[in-house]
Amino acid sequence: MQQVIRICKKELKDYFISPIAYIVISIFLLVTGWFFFTTFFYYNQADLRNFFDLLPITFSFLIPAVTMRLFSEELNVGSYEMLLTLPVTFTDILFGKFLAGVLFVAAALIPTLAYPICIAFMGQLDWGPVAGGYIGAVLLGASFVAVGLFASSLTRNQIIAFIVGMVICFTLALIDKMLLFFPRSLLGVIGYLGADYHFKNIAKGIVDSRDIIYFFSVVFIGLYSTHLVMQEKN
Amino acid sequence: MIHVENLTKYYNDFCAVDQINFNIKKGEILGLLGPNGAGKTTTLRMLTGYFMPTSGTIRVKDYLLDEHLIEIKKMMGYLPESAPLYHSMLVYDYLDYVAGIRGMDKSQRISRIRQLVDLCGLDDIMHRSINELSKGLNQRVGLAHAMMTDPEILILDEPTSGLDPNQIAEIRDIIRKIGKEKTVVLSTHILSEVEATCDRVVIIDKGKIVADDVTENLKQAAGQKYFIHLTLLNADFQDVQDQLGAIEGVRAVQRTQGAKSIDLGIRLECESAEDLRKTIYQTIKQTPWILVEFQQETKTLETVFRELTSVHP
Repeated sequence: MQQVIRICKKELKDYFISPIAYIVISIFLLVTGWFFFTTFFYYNQADLRNFFDLLPITFSFLIPAVTMRLFSEELNVGSYEMLLTLPVTFTDILFGKFLAGVLFVAAALIPTLAYPICIAFMGQLDWGPVAGGYIGAVLLGASFVAVGLFASSLTRNQIIAFIVGMVICFTLALIDKMLLFFPRSLLGVIGYLGADYHFKNIAKGIVDSRDIIYFFSVVFIGLYSTHLVMQEKN
Repeated sequence: MIHVENLTKYYNDFCAVDQINFNIKKGEILGLLGPNGAGKTTTLRMLTGYFMPTSGTIRVKDYLLDEHLIEIKKMMGYLPESAPLYHSMLVYDYLDYVAGIRGMDKSQRISRIRQLVDLCGLDDIMHRSINELSKGLNQRVGLAHAMMTDPEILILDEPTSGLDPNQIAEIRDIIRKIGKEKTVVLSTHILSEVEATCDRVVIIDKGKIVADDVTENLKQAAGQKYFIHLTLLNADFQDVQDQLGAIEGVRAVQRTQGAKSIDLGIRLECESAEDLRKTIYQTIKQTPWILVEFQQETKTLETVFRELTSVHP
């Protein structure tokens, strides 16, 4: 466990001593802030629904950009060899990097807490859906980080890792809006696969075990596939 | 200390390491020698647990590699080829990170990093970012990485590749210094390096071990031919052949290319390792020939290496 924390700390430090963290977080805040507040005053409702509705899409760009380097860079530079021959297991490395990614997403979400606080001054804010939304956002972030890690383990090239990660996350985010194209018999299954659908449930303030299980299974599948890919390399 | 049995590694269909066996004793400096692509790096990567062997076993002390990987990793320091370090980190941060992962507490870390700074000469670069370092400095940081916990076993993959002669000498000094107490395995294709640093040599070619012996023995055992080289002026080959060929112990007289066209290059093949130079000189003294070069060929590791690893038709 200590090794996980050490690796996680190192990855976080890497993010925050380089400009990546600040650029990514600023872009995230600009985009979400712009889309949220341009329409906010038309609706005249004190809630964060618009902000959360957009989150699966912004996350599918943001998170692969954050996770693309986690394995690709190590494989490209070769430092992975030095890391793996230190007294750590692959699981330590995997969880360390995963945790760093999740904490980074959390760090990007923290400044947005200013939105509900401001809105609470303007009107009657229902804190239930807000809390649900943030829990959902972290879960959604975690599952996209797992997907991004998997994409990063596939290749030494960070750009390819980014594109692959983005495509998978984008598909997960949008698939329940494309049900039109699928045969009727598959609708239930495919609808269930959509990250957006589960996220919206939680963002309504209903924390259902089905949705939580969904996110945990995406995380599990992502991390386990990463494990398989990296195992195959050795 | 390390026992390797029937170690084999396949990359898909390609057999990189084929059923190799060797033992490494405590306190030995072992040189793993071979041409490019012979399987040196693959062998070392399996020793350090980075690659899983296709078959075969590796035992370090009493631990089996596939069962006690973490214990073995704790005993080992490994420097991969060209020392791939994290580019964006500062040297101090990197060493501190490695020390942390190796389980040292804060006060231990500081004193150990100080020692390593002295040993590897990192004084002036501790605050520099790793991507600014030259190849030699990078290699030294890698060495400090490998020696962080003062490991019992040190595995170095081409530790001197790409360094300038001064740096090579420095790194060799360091290796010899460590090698007095620790077990060191190093791979290289530079022969003088093995002669200068190693107690024992294992030569691999195409994934197989072709020689495994103490450096001295290997030099003596290889090839049963002994040669003496001469360069003469004012001499006729026929005469030389007659007179020198008559000396007891000379098996054959061959003509070789001299440095200049008037030189007569001669190679004498001798029957034993016995030094015939005294007799030969006395013979030449009685003739009008002028002796300009006279040399007994000693087997170098280079000849041994080329005999063992070159492709015979």
